[in-house]
Amino acid sequence: MRTKNTILFSLISTFFLIFLISIWKILATLQGLSINSFNIEIIFIFGLLISLAHLGIGDRIKSIYKSIIFSAIFVFCDGYLIQKLPIWYNVGVFLILYFFTNKISKYTFIGLKEEHSTQVILFDFLTLFGILFFSFVILFPFYMMLVTSFKTQIALLVNPLDFSINFGQDIKDLFKSYFVIFKSYKFGKYIVISTIVSVGTVIITLLFAIPAAYAVARLNFFGKTFLSTSILIIYMFPAIVLVIPLYTIFSQLGLRNSIEGLLIVYTATTLPVAIYMLQGYFKSIPKELEEAAILDKLSWFGIIIKIIIPLSIPAISSVALYVFMIAWNEFLFSLMFLDNPNSFTLSRAIQYLSGDAETPRQYLMAGSVVVTLPVLFIFVYFEKYLVSGLTAGSVKG
Amino acid sequence: MNDTLANTEKKTAYILTLPAVLLVFSIILFPIFANIWISFKEVELKDIRIPEPRAKKIVKSISDEPTKIKILYKLRNSSLIQEIRDVSFQDNFPKNFEIENLDPRCSFKKYNLKCEFGNWPAKYRENFQVIFATNNGSKIDKKNLKSIKPKLDGKSDNILLNTNFTLKNFKKVLFENEFVDLLLTTFYYTFFGTVGSIVFGILTAQMVNQKFYGRTFMRSVLLFPYVAPVVALAYTWELLLDPNSGTLNSLLLNYQIIETPINLLGQKYIEISILGFDFKLRLALTTVIMFEIWRYFPLAFLFILARLQAIPKELYEAADVDGASPFQKFFNITLPQITAVISILFMIRFIWNFNKFEDVFLLTGGASGTRTLPINVYQQGFAISDIGMGSAVSIVIVVLLLMFMFFYFKLLGKRVDEN
Repeated sequence: MRTKNTILFSLISTFFLIFLISIWKILATLQGLSINSFNIEIIFIFGLLISLAHLGIGDRIKSIYKSIIFSAIFVFCDGYLIQKLPIWYNVGVFLILYFFTNKISKYTFIGLKEEHSTQVILFDFLTLFGILFFSFVILFPFYMMLVTSFKTQIALLVNPLDFSINFGQDIKDLFKSYFVIFKSYKFGKYIVISTIVSVGTVIITLLFAIPAAYAVARLNFFGKTFLSTSILIIYMFPAIVLVIPLYTIFSQLGLRNSIEGLLIVYTATTLPVAIYMLQGYFKSIPKELEEAAILDKLSWFGIIIKIIIPLSIPAISSVALYVFMIAWNEFLFSLMFLDNPNSFTLSRAIQYLSGDAETPRQYLMAGSVVVTLPVLFIFVYFEKYLVSGLTAGSVKG
Repeated sequence: MNDTLANTEKKTAYILTLPAVLLVFSIILFPIFANIWISFKEVELKDIRIPEPRAKKIVKSISDEPTKIKILYKLRNSSLIQEIRDVSFQDNFPKNFEIENLDPRCSFKKYNLKCEFGNWPAKYRENFQVIFATNNGSKIDKKNLKSIKPKLDGKSDNILLNTNFTLKNFKKVLFENEFVDLLLTTFYYTFFGTVGSIVFGILTAQMVNQKFYGRTFMRSVLLFPYVAPVVALAYTWELLLDPNSGTLNSLLLNYQIIETPINLLGQKYIEISILGFDFKLRLALTTVIMFEIWRYFPLAFLFILARLQAIPKELYEAADVDGASPFQKFFNITLPQITAVISILFMIRFIWNFNKFEDVFLLTGGASGTRTLPINVYQQGFAISDIGMGSAVSIVIVVLLLMFMFFYFKLLGKRVDEN
């Protein structure tokens, strides 16, 4: 049992180490270092030796010294003797090794004898692996989007793997792609249009949704259950089947290429989820408050303005943020309804930009950064509101 | 007393809900019915523009006669296929104008030129000319004259409103259009995208449900692909996967893992041999499914995480006392607790993936074997400009979705009964 667990432990931890170093090597390669091989065999031998040595030494040396010694030996052998790479790369390897040896320091010979320790080791390392793997897989495209926007066409042709940003150059050269898209491609205008459309959608949606959600939450009327179930069903309905009829109708009414047209469609598509989210919250407000207001002869308008809205600011703001994000990210309808470059939204403008094969990729990425940043900023800043709302309303996507 | 109160409550409720209901009905429900109507018609993109009578006004001075002016109207029917009936024309002139030659179709009263042009066939064009003189000999302000725009009016048939119906579109969709292939592609895309996103959702939720440093940060990072704009993400992926100088291919070449670049988004099939069996993998479709999973597993993650956090801790403590292993705990406690969420997620994601348009459109445009039904709606309606066909494909989508929902709820209902 002990031998089996020892072998398993050293293998798993070694694979984890290989994974860590490989990610670091990929990132280093993308900074322009010429690394042509992962050297998996060498890392494998080192990893096995380190984890076995760790178990063998046990508590005889303080764990912090142990970690430093192991890391230093690894860096010396791998980075200095074999690969001959710059200092910053080796510092990174050292930190990774330090992290790794710290992670394995809680496993001892005695611990490996316990029941289920094989599975516990597997579970622990899988979790660690998962966290790093998913972070890498998710953040990598965003990282590439950002760094590509700071490169030039020529630099990318010379070495397609060198994404290092030269901070020594002039600010104007560094942000050249951004200057170009704002100057030559009118992105300033598109930001304004996107903002108007998104904020407008938020305002109109709230104006329509708050009274409707109040009625669904509080009042008794014929057709109430029908209404609340149809909200959910309508929410399920695909946008793609609306496109052709709306296109024909909007063409005939002259609403294509207009902000008003987009506002109408966006409001209608976000209304069901807004009503659904709001009515859930309104139901949680104590009824006594309204009963007092009715005795004071407040009208329904007064009740909504003076009682419901002040009490549900958190819910209303989370709905507002959601609707904003949906409208800002929306692509299908802006593709169908806008074909005049003077009325493009940001998403449509980027798609238009990519339609020209000559457009350098860094401009496209600069545009992507411009459209992505506000949304990510809002999301990170208001995360608490948004996450609870996401599970409640499950925003369409 | 109570009765009137209930009545006012009802009335208030209708007033409060009416605006929202009207808007949603006109923009969402009405188009669905309009789709049915259009799908039985032979309509092309160019037919839906209502024909308009148009006039371009050109003001020309006549040499040697400064008090006279020639006005040329270039009249035309904007439509190339439909006629306009009973075209009427109106234009206003300054008070000192007198007309020199009056067309028999026109009348000039109170400085207002009115004409009845009768019927204009399709593509109709005419140069209509009028000469004016000022009655007090003053000079003519050409700019002012040009700024007054003529008004035209006419009647025409709206091709959408007549009652000529045909079954041609549906015949074409079902029998000519490689319908089976289309259906299979859509099904692969939807099914594997849904299952993949749920599997990754379970893995990540299980991961984040444990305590570690930076957990809240991890939770927001995991949601990034879901909240970021699809346009930006699709183009970033396209650049990463590009066969010529994309980062992924460059990296793989650099590490000598592959010898020639792989066109992940542009190659329909790739031959793979495992254990001596050769089979073809639909490469572009697989890549698109990967993108789909990458973008939508956060939703599954969030739902499952919320459910995991609601599982009572006592269950795990009891399992610990019984000496259960981590995998036993996962399969015997966690998994049964999240099956309900998973079945809801499966339905939601299946429906939405079935209708997903943007992702495929932006990545491949439907080329190299990634043409799904929603992409076909766009291609029929806007690339081939056959609106009727596009509508017919939409109807097929709706019918398939309704069928899926029906069977899904029936199955689900059966399982609930058994329990």
